Amino acid sequence: MAWAIYISFGGALISALLPKAKPEVARLWALAVAVAGLAIAIAGFAAGMGQGRQVFVDALWVPSMGVHYLLAADGISRVLVLLTGIASVAGVLFSWNIELRTNQFFAFYFALIGGVYGVFLSGDLFLLFVFYEIAIVPKYFLISIWGSTRREYGAMKLALYSFVGSAMVLIGLLAAYSTAGSHSTALGDLAHAGLPVSFQMWCFPLVFVGFAILAGMWPFHTWAPTGHVAAPTAASMLLAGVVMKLGAYGCLRVGIGLFPHGLDPWGFSFIGIGSWRDVFAWLAVIGIVYGALVALAQTDFKFVIGYSSVSHMGFVLLGLMTLNQIGVDGAVLQMFSHGVIAGLLFAIVGRIVYDRTHTRQFAELGPMHLSRRLPFAAWAFVFAGVASMGLPGFSGFVAELQVLVGAWQANPWWAAVSGIGIIVGVAYIWRALQKAFFTDSLPTPHEFESEREHKFAPITWPEYAGVALLGISTLVVGVYPRILLDSIEPAVKALLAGGAQ
Amino acid sequence: MNYAALFRATLPETALEIAALLVLVVDLGFLRKVALQIRTAVAAVIGIAGCIAAVWAVYAAGWTGFSAGSDLLLAAGGSAAVAQVAILVLTAVTLLQVVDSGSAESSFTRNAGEYVSVVLMAAAGGLIISAAQDLLVIFVGLELLSLGLYILTAFNKQSGKSAEAAIKYYLFGAMSAAFLLFGFSYLYGLSGSTSLPEIVLGTYLASARGGTPLLLIALVMIAAGLGFKIAAFPFHLWAPDTYEGAPAPAAAFIASVSKVASFALLISISYAILRWPAMLHLKGGGVTFTASPAGTPQPPATVGFVPTWPMILMDLSVLSMIFGNLAALAQSSVRRLLAYSAIAHAGYILLGLAFFSWTNVSAQAILYYSVTYGLTAIGAFGVVGVVEHATGSDKLDAFLGLHKRNPLLAAVLLVLFLSLAGIPPLIGFWAKFNLFAAVLRTSGGALPFTLVALAIAFSAVSLYYYLQVLKRAYVMPSTDESPIRAHPATLGVLIAIAAAVVVFGCFPALLQNWIAGFYPSM
Amino acid sequence: MNEFATGFPILTVLTVLPLIGASIAFFAGKHARGVALVTSLGCLVLSLVIWISLPANGILGLVELHSWAPSLGIEYHLGVDGLGALMLLLSAIVTLMSVDASHRVHHMPGLFYGLILILESGLFGSFTALNFFHWFLFWELSLIPAFFLIKLWGGPRRGPAATQFFVYTMAGSVALLISFLAIFLSTGSMDFGDLTAMAASGALSQMVSAHLGAVMPWLAIGVLAGFAVKVPLVPFHTWLPAAYAEAPSPVTMLLTGAMSKMGVYGLLRIALPIFGVQIAAMRTPLLVLAVITVVMGAWAAAAQKDLKRIFAYSSVNHLGYCLLGIFALAVPTYGAAAQASQAAALNGVILQMFNHGITAAAIFWFIAMIQFRTGGLRGIDDFGGLRKPAPVFAGLMGIVLFSSLGLPGLNSFVSEFLIFRGVFPLAWVAATISVLGLLVTAIVILTVIQKVFTGPVPEHWANFPDLHHSERLALAPVIALMFVVGLAPRLILDTINPTVVNLLAHWRF
Repeated sequence: MAWAIYISFGGALISALLPKAKPEVARLWALAVAVAGLAIAIAGFAAGMGQGRQVFVDALWVPSMGVHYLLAADGISRVLVLLTGIASVAGVLFSWNIELRTNQFFAFYFALIGGVYGVFLSGDLFLLFVFYEIAIVPKYFLISIWGSTRREYGAMKLALYSFVGSAMVLIGLLAAYSTAGSHSTALGDLAHAGLPVSFQMWCFPLVFVGFAILAGMWPFHTWAPTGHVAAPTAASMLLAGVVMKLGAYGCLRVGIGLFPHGLDPWGFSFIGIGSWRDVFAWLAVIGIVYGALVALAQTDFKFVIGYSSVSHMGFVLLGLMTLNQIGVDGAVLQMFSHGVIAGLLFAIVGRIVYDRTHTRQFAELGPMHLSRRLPFAAWAFVFAGVASMGLPGFSGFVAELQVLVGAWQANPWWAAVSGIGIIVGVAYIWRALQKAFFTDSLPTPHEFESEREHKFAPITWPEYAGVALLGISTLVVGVYPRILLDSIEPAVKALLAGGAQ
Repeated sequence: MNYAALFRATLPETALEIAALLVLVVDLGFLRKVALQIRTAVAAVIGIAGCIAAVWAVYAAGWTGFSAGSDLLLAAGGSAAVAQVAILVLTAVTLLQVVDSGSAESSFTRNAGEYVSVVLMAAAGGLIISAAQDLLVIFVGLELLSLGLYILTAFNKQSGKSAEAAIKYYLFGAMSAAFLLFGFSYLYGLSGSTSLPEIVLGTYLASARGGTPLLLIALVMIAAGLGFKIAAFPFHLWAPDTYEGAPAPAAAFIASVSKVASFALLISISYAILRWPAMLHLKGGGVTFTASPAGTPQPPATVGFVPTWPMILMDLSVLSMIFGNLAALAQSSVRRLLAYSAIAHAGYILLGLAFFSWTNVSAQAILYYSVTYGLTAIGAFGVVGVVEHATGSDKLDAFLGLHKRNPLLAAVLLVLFLSLAGIPPLIGFWAKFNLFAAVLRTSGGALPFTLVALAIAFSAVSLYYYLQVLKRAYVMPSTDESPIRAHPATLGVLIAIAAAVVVFGCFPALLQNWIAGFYPSM
Repeated sequence: MNEFATGFPILTVLTVLPLIGASIAFFAGKHARGVALVTSLGCLVLSLVIWISLPANGILGLVELHSWAPSLGIEYHLGVDGLGALMLLLSAIVTLMSVDASHRVHHMPGLFYGLILILESGLFGSFTALNFFHWFLFWELSLIPAFFLIKLWGGPRRGPAATQFFVYTMAGSVALLISFLAIFLSTGSMDFGDLTAMAASGALSQMVSAHLGAVMPWLAIGVLAGFAVKVPLVPFHTWLPAAYAEAPSPVTMLLTGAMSKMGVYGLLRIALPIFGVQIAAMRTPLLVLAVITVVMGAWAAAAQKDLKRIFAYSSVNHLGYCLLGIFALAVPTYGAAAQASQAAALNGVILQMFNHGITAAAIFWFIAMIQFRTGGLRGIDDFGGLRKPAPVFAGLMGIVLFSSLGLPGLNSFVSEFLIFRGVFPLAWVAATISVLGLLVTAIVILTVIQKVFTGPVPEHWANFPDLHHSERLALAPVIALMFVVGLAPRLILDTINPTVVNLLAHWRF
């Protein structure tokens, strides 16, 4: 499975070297690389089902510091690598129409994907951090060169926020490394190093917040809407779909895995908050509700989806904070589910609608009568929107249900307030659906004529393929969640048990 | 005085001096009528040959060092050797870059031979400093280096900026040399010796008898003098102008070699401070102190050199980090940006010096950082030089659309600047990580943690201004789309530097093991 | 639980068949109607097979049970008894009628028929589900096609009508979901059978109180609210007139014929078995609401001028009888006579579900035909004396209207009789007041007949076309069914009664 990383970076390098004038070559190459990555991910997932943690590579990287080049995967990693594979193929498909500097686009794209694969497969904290940082710079370039609204500002904000987050993680990493005796940076070794509780108490929030910035936790989420809107479609898909999951994964693997006692009660409590667990759970809950409410008020289509990402990631973080089997299961499943669904939503809004209508404002989209002129987009959005709402039969329902059950077991208030978020979630998707696609106004005869003349470009095969890929993924997992849960559950169990030092 | 031993110990310096003289002779004697380009190339080649010879000499000279009587004057092996080899390699790379500026209309000077020989002599001064263990030897080496640097700054006779920068550098440098000498004289007065290890012991004894305020003054003076060399705040005022005004290869030399040499010197001083518990233990009684075994990383002391010096370094470090990064944010000239970032990087390294370890960990980390920073800085100035040559300015806007005008150059710029920002898997990241890990390994209290956190935070800030340049190169539309030509030799060197940054970044053990190889196993 | 499983997963096939048909219909364009006809015929055949294969003693048959997501208590658990099978049959018949009635849809026919088939699948799914997750999935699933059917092909004020429909039903679903989540958190089970057993033994309220406190009544209210919106029960009915009126008539047929029965079915499968005690405690207010539904439905129908709205309110009225029966039987009973009344009421309720479905669907079918023949008119005063130019039309529609009225010999009489037979001993006050509803309904229907069919013929209706042969052929089976059920109700009651007895045996009040 480690080959996914190497293929991606190799693909990036070769893509950068491809001739600039021939975008088709770059696209085909990109598709080949992405599909290869997906194939490896699926093969690795299938091969790993039922096995526990598999180690792929373990080489000493810097012996004097005890840094290992350690690639390993347990159930959680396999699921997330699968997600990355799916998202990368979909992203390539939806970038089929990029003409400007195509080879460089895909070079940065695969550099990002390679970094993401690396994070999910790292078994060594230092290696994880390296890959995490590697993923930051391509994002900057992807957004600032090929983005749209306020792209330079959005890109810089994203890059700086991510970097600050990773700086916090680096501090935590160094602190943990030196406190554990400076022997090794392997995750397993650090977890068993017996870090003192007082140390964990301050290191955990530092590292958790560092990762949570990238995961879009309120109130550090402000880069997300701006960044998503500024980014080109494929980059938004990856950002919301996969990159935010890097942050959540880091929270789980590093934060909870290495510093479990950081979540213990402080011994005193302040308005019902008595531990970092309470703090972050409430922040997650606020994020759920806040993201949903703000999404409800947006006038720009893409902003709605951007804020909905903040809201859905809140579920992931809440699930992590429940610290029980079912809640964390739900969090990981939600990572997968939201990754696919958000990718689909951004694809529709960005590639299918915006590239044709050149506007994302509801006020302008409404009169365009898109349900008649772009029926595929309208119905695909119905599908994706319904999945995002958490309708049973799609992956989001099971994930959110598990998180809610877990939250209820931990603290009923968390579940109750999050429920409001779900309800508002229905509302904002509803509103977007109505305003963008299914407005009540019938076209006037004059408009009818002009619309007949200005037909939109037909839907291309890569768009069909991308929508199909993502749609099938969410449907399959929704109808048969065991396909992922069977891998996730043992891994979560091991992680939660291993943390009980 | 065992002159044979002296000669053997100073073989590298001798090699450089011989090369310098050879360059002058060849250039002035034989090449008067030849085109400037060829003269430059010949001079550079001889200079590089001299560097290679000197490197061989470092390895061949053995690790014995040189002492006059019982005083160690020149050390060898360990940090000294690493620094010397590094200085020589960096000098060679700088000289390679000079080859480009040989064509008549683009050269910054007609005096190629003199330029190369001054470079070599300054490098020799750097070699001396790296090995010096005696105050007077330090001063001689420092002056040799500095004088060379002043001259190099002024080499572009057609540029007013060059002259202005050199004057500023010279005046400032002279003043700080005066400070340094003043401080040295107090140290001599307090301890009765000019050899570093003796000084430390002597000042301890002196301060036990109540001479601490004098020691404090001495240390501050010395910090001022040395701080000037490494461009730490508040002794940095020369740096922006010098980096801006000096010809590109000279600026590269200043940014790399003088930094490595100065930090090697600081390492020597820090080692001397930490060795005194061992010496006291060896010397035995006469002094009451809490017995601590020779391996203690934290000398317990409430008087003397020991607590004051780290505190001074810490202050310099923090101020440099803050000031350097914040000031760089506001720059519109890439050269000045690099200057302020150099101040910031000096701040990071000073942190490693403030929490210096008895084991070789800190020294190795500091050397690693300064060497890799030096290499990256040479590359950066190389790119700036090419762009300046083509567009006539080093402002941010001169870099617009670089990816179209010369994609290789833009790629090199990308790699180098990201390395400076500390992005993995490039060498700059590993250097920072290594350094901060060394700091935390040495002392694990709240203060080091906070300072490391501060350093990392400011590293994050630095990404912003490095990205500004990269943004111009890759993202923003360009006004002028004509291709930028770079001399193939220069481009080759830059690509090699970028490749080294990537390769050594991916496999940091390579360089680290090489450095560790110079130290005897503890 | 007493069930036995057969080998062939006929219930799954039944649920999936319309989905397959829908995916073909989406791309079939002009031929979509044909695809839909074939598919719904196939479903009808399957549901007849299911009806015949039911076990004799009223227990759940044709069970399919697979584990799905055990950690959440979710199983793939399907099964039918007499109640479920009857509803499957009803859904199949009504869908077939609806597809038949909609031969005038020209705008995006593929999408239209596809959505109808998805709706049918949703109906089948929720009538066969025995696990909450599965049931809820199909309950929600049926909302979306319904919404779009109203929104895209409806009348002039379809936007607000569709939105109101969606929002109300969604709100009800949320209440249902929350209540069931609470149940799951307390008991760890989502299976209807297990929960019924727990409720009967009293374990359910103990577990809920242990975990959550004294919230059982609130959970019951939540569940009731969900169904109350769907049936509807006054005062949650306000979405109905607009939705029925604005929806295209074939869709209204589905809404009134089948979808409203989802609510009643839910009360019978979920609310009464699991929350029987709580409902019995709230019996009086619930009966009051049911009576108001009956009476108000009829009065409001009398006040309308739009044929569709008249029969929309009339639907409310007829379903009110179902609610009356359901709430009336929620009493602890002692003695054979009381239990016989319960059985009668329940039999009546189930039969009424079937009858009203067929009858109401047929009425709206006729209204659709009127609308088409007259260019969209459906006001009661727009017509007159249609008996003359279109005697067959008038005759057949008259039969259907009389069926709705409850004329003996036709289907509704039997069911309404059974309901009243059961309710009078159990709640005579409610029953007495509801008789008013019967009376007013009679007045409404006779008025409709009088205004539309009798009297002088205005000039412009002199050429009102009568029923074509194809239409007669399509309507004949429906009318025949009404007579058959009216004259020989045993055909259905013989299968339902054992189910009723079985259900009542497991319910505790």
